Amino acid sequence: MHKLIMNKLHSLFLFLVLALTLGTISLDSQAALTIEISGGSAQQVPIAIVPFAQTKLTDNMGAIISADLRRSGLFRVLETRGVDNQPTDVAQIKYSEWSAIQTQALTIGKVEPLANGNLKVTFNLMDVLKQNQLLNMDYTITPGQLRITAHKIADAIYQKLIGEPGIFASRIAYITKASKRYSLQVADADGFNPQTVVSSNEPLISPAWSPDGTKLAYVSFEKKKPIIFVQSLVSGSRTVIANFKGNNSAPSWSPDGSKLAIVLTYGANSQVYTINADGTGLNQVTKSSAIDTEPVWSPNGKWLYFTSDRGGKPQIYKVSVIGGEVSRVTFEGSYNVSPRFSPDGKSLAYITNEGGRFRVAVKDLVSGQVQILSEGVQDESPSFAPNGRVILYATKVGGKGALAAVSSDGRVRQRLSDAGGDAREPAWGPLSN
Amino acid sequence: MNKLNKGLISSLAVAMLLVACKSTPMKDAPAKVEEKSTNSQTTNNTTNNHADTSGVKEVVVDSNTNNSNSPLHDPNNILSKRVIYFDYDQDVVKDEFRPLVEAHAKYLLANPQAKLIVQGNTDERGTREYNLSLGQRRSVAVKKALNLLGVQDKQIETVSYGKEKANTCSDENCYQLNRHADIVYENE
Repeated sequence: MHKLIMNKLHSLFLFLVLALTLGTISLDSQAALTIEISGGSAQQVPIAIVPFAQTKLTDNMGAIISADLRRSGLFRVLETRGVDNQPTDVAQIKYSEWSAIQTQALTIGKVEPLANGNLKVTFNLMDVLKQNQLLNMDYTITPGQLRITAHKIADAIYQKLIGEPGIFASRIAYITKASKRYSLQVADADGFNPQTVVSSNEPLISPAWSPDGTKLAYVSFEKKKPIIFVQSLVSGSRTVIANFKGNNSAPSWSPDGSKLAIVLTYGANSQVYTINADGTGLNQVTKSSAIDTEPVWSPNGKWLYFTSDRGGKPQIYKVSVIGGEVSRVTFEGSYNVSPRFSPDGKSLAYITNEGGRFRVAVKDLVSGQVQILSEGVQDESPSFAPNGRVILYATKVGGKGALAAVSSDGRVRQRLSDAGGDAREPAWGPLSN
Repeated sequence: MNKLNKGLISSLAVAMLLVACKSTPMKDAPAKVEEKSTNSQTTNNTTNNHADTSGVKEVVVDSNTNNSNSPLHDPNNILSKRVIYFDYDQDVVKDEFRPLVEAHAKYLLANPQAKLIVQGNTDERGTREYNLSLGQRRSVAVKKALNLLGVQDKQIETVSYGKEKANTCSDENCYQLNRHADIVYENE
């Protein structure tokens, strides 16, 4: 009990420190989700990010980049206010002042207005020890693209220093429920810039990103039964993909975006099917008298992993996408559901129930080792970030739905709370290009 | 105090269910779909020639329903009773709901053009899609009971809401009210 309170205070403290350091986030009206972070990787890259030279009317890009890198848990973002040297051009850098605060990398940048109302953003990433330039990029953007450009710069820095794609410019989808109205929302990965994709007074569930990030499949109960829609994020046009007799649910895209795995019932139990992305070419994959649901494609496109209670209790099984022999994947525990692949196909996240406690587990598909990653009681809907580093999931905080994230090694935790209402069923979109 | 609260919540839930049954409306009620653009922000990132999808078009969905007079909505007629409750982890239609099921079977046999949807529901424990499948078992159980009384499949559709309509609970008295199948006639 006491420990619990201490933990809470601790994370609150961390949050306050973070908010003060950045001087922004929590009160910004653009943010639907407020982010709390705790923990960090043992090996953090020290980096200094000088505030960008830009008008004070907008969020400083340096602060947005700092928040992104800090949230990854892989960087130690150093305080720069005590350093006299505040360069915005490479020629102004005094390396001795930056090596004195023991940073390895230094980011500087500026935003300049152009005659047509657009902005020119320039940034440099420097190696402080070698005193050389690692990155130098510039962007011509509209004023509305300031935040997304900061995320793209953070992605470039992450890629250069960690050697993997960054996920800061990617987007997340989730469902909110506020005063009996359901909304499917899409927001930047840091919770800013939330936009409503579709809203309804009947439930919306199971959002799934198309691999190219231009469409979302989801289940809507607007016709008093679950029907699968695919909606373009650009045009808003929506297509009914599956409206067969009975339930139509649990859509999951094939890696090439040409098909979806779905679940239909007709007059009986849930079974897994595949269907072309235009709603043609229905093909039954599982044929059992049990519940078969929540199909997901393996990244190589060959297998469907799914939840089934054919053994009495729900476990995860796999079957070829064209059907055939079914084999069991999870053996630990008596309730394992909602499988999701890591992007490299080497591990599987799912929800495990132990003594009435539903938590996110991850199984290494090579070694077979299982690790429980989340700390909630009603955790649901795990979703890997497109670089595999983080798993986003739904949890309950004070009886209300909230989103949380944990690094796939379990070291860094974040909580994204929606001030407006219940948030649930997060789905992390693909990498931004 | 706690007990009192739970009691209140339970009776409130029952009252809400009853209201829901009484007002289950009829007639054609096509769902209304409005499309509106909420974001006209255009993006021309000159350093990125991929489709930028940060502008999102919003779709608003509203379903409208109407009331009508019919034995199905006469509060004194058993046909207005639409809710069948289940035990924990069970999909057996209990004897106490036989008269209700028989009345609807009789109505369907006398009105071969009538069609109904059975909507299964679960309590909130467990994940959404798996609960959707569990709720389906309950609607199928009601369908089978109707089949045994001579009703054909073409008059019945079985679907599930899973835990989407479940109230947040902390005890069994509350959970049990969430484990039900509802009968809804077509166009209600």
